[in-house]
Amino acid sequence: MTTTESPVADNGVNVQALLDAREVLKGAPEAAQFTWRATSQWQNGVHTQVKVQPFFGLGEEQSHAAEHVFDADHPAVFAAEDNGITPIEYLLVGLSSCLSAGVASVAQNRGIQLRSVEASVEGNHDIRGILGADSDVRNGFNDIKVTFKIDADASQQEIEALVAQSQKRSAVFDALTNPTDVTVEVV
Amino acid sequence: MSEVTSTVVIGAGHAGLAASHFLTERSIDHVVVERGEVANSWRRERWESLRLLTPNWLSRLPGHAYSGADPDGYMSATEVGDFIADFAVGSQAPVRTGVTVTSVRRTEAGYDVATDQGAIRAGSVVLATGACNRPSVPGLAAGLPASVEQVTAFDYRSPDRLAEGGVLVVGASATGVQLASEIRRSGRPVTLSVGEHTRMPRTYQGRDVLWWMEESGIWGQRYDEVDDLVRARRLPSPQLVGTPERATLDLNALTDLGVDLVGRWSALRDGTALFSGGLRNVFALADLKQQRLLDGFDAWAADGATGERPEPTRAPATSRLQLDLTSGEIGTVVWATGYRPDYSWLDVPVVDGKGQLRHDGGVVDSPGLYALGLPVLRRRKSTFIHGIEDDAREVVDHLAGWLGRS
Repeated sequence: MTTTESPVADNGVNVQALLDAREVLKGAPEAAQFTWRATSQWQNGVHTQVKVQPFFGLGEEQSHAAEHVFDADHPAVFAAEDNGITPIEYLLVGLSSCLSAGVASVAQNRGIQLRSVEASVEGNHDIRGILGADSDVRNGFNDIKVTFKIDADASQQEIEALVAQSQKRSAVFDALTNPTDVTVEVV
Repeated sequence: MSEVTSTVVIGAGHAGLAASHFLTERSIDHVVVERGEVANSWRRERWESLRLLTPNWLSRLPGHAYSGADPDGYMSATEVGDFIADFAVGSQAPVRTGVTVTSVRRTEAGYDVATDQGAIRAGSVVLATGACNRPSVPGLAAGLPASVEQVTAFDYRSPDRLAEGGVLVVGASATGVQLASEIRRSGRPVTLSVGEHTRMPRTYQGRDVLWWMEESGIWGQRYDEVDDLVRARRLPSPQLVGTPERATLDLNALTDLGVDLVGRWSALRDGTALFSGGLRNVFALADLKQQRLLDGFDAWAADGATGERPEPTRAPATSRLQLDLTSGEIGTVVWATGYRPDYSWLDVPVVDGKGQLRHDGGVVDSPGLYALGLPVLRRRKSTFIHGIEDDAREVVDHLAGWLGRS
């Protein structure tokens, strides 16, 4: 991995802290175990409110500076009140923000100054699956396409390499492209 | 009574024999012990069609070069075995074949090497057993339906010995692409599960790509100059094959043959293989890396010439995300998922939690203990036949210094 070659690049990412953390956690895998949490409360109809603040990591309870509240609902075409985006759209929120964060971090590490990073994300979804209209159709996305428009002090090839490396190290890209063991219980 | 010698070299492959060559040059008393015969793995643990990735002119050992009629060709496994055996004879290496080491222990004076033919005491030991003693197979292999046969690159010999039906080849390094290609050519339906891989054209600007690797100095890059050594040591072997046509065997070539490409095998659920949906990105990573490599060749040549660039890896319109292994579609899974060393007989605490030897350029983390023939041991070319000469000379230099001191 190259260290910052051009000291003028500043994308606001503290890469040194990340590199230091990588070194420390290599020898302390238990501290690297994080648990991310969300709690939700059904409101009415298909409207649910989700709150996120505490999480666990570095061996102890942690907390975001503030509580973040997210409303999920369905739009009017689903005969719902549209108090928020649909749950599956939150996956697109996660994917585009994760990949963009990755682009910024990798660019910082490679000494590439970014001026703008825009991503548009499209998830194609055949809703016959969730409606039970056709049992051969899956419930989730058929596929997802992310399109980046990046303005940076770098060649096209370097920009493509940023985006590729960002995918390689993306938590959400991995979570969407690979299966995850999910347990749902009632207490 | 134990036999006593200055140095025991374990393994009579090209690495152990190169160590012996330089030990002899320095008149250091030694023996080379070998569990099988000289160049054993080339003779017993490789598939029938295998050829060396490096061209003949580049396949050289200390004082021993290819002298045949086809310098641009690639030796078969048998020919490599013969080439190494000739080197052993020519250098009069004190090889004892059919001797299996059962343990190596540290002592006050050096090491006790226990074998099935008696013990040897030595001031120093060179581990030249290689990095490919056991196939490395992911844990999910244990859960495959019994109806599917599993073979590793160790057991695989030829397509006609596989069970009936389609074949799922897992892994897209040199081994995986070569096996996928020959199995597909035999008429079988083949699916290839592709994770991160190293793409290379067989030739660039008319020359073998490994000529470029060698001449441009990339292969000579030292282990202490490599940015991320851990990563460099884990790099999959390049997608190359040695054929008379000097053909490129990349994923596009496999697609043209009718091989189905799927993503990395990430899980097994109820007898169904689930593949990663990240296939396009592993293509992008390998394509970009290949471009940088070829850009580097051009920059090194500095003649303004640029060779024809391979087209980007073509992604299938849709890649399968799952494959039901209970349906009968797949008769065999071929694991081409790499190899790992076996140090189960080494009773010196120098192996890390991932089974890798702790060493600094072949100087193992226990005085008087050395290693040769591991990935990027001292240079990027360390595991290639011709890469052993410089490594062996330097490691034996260090060893001689150690023996002189003690």
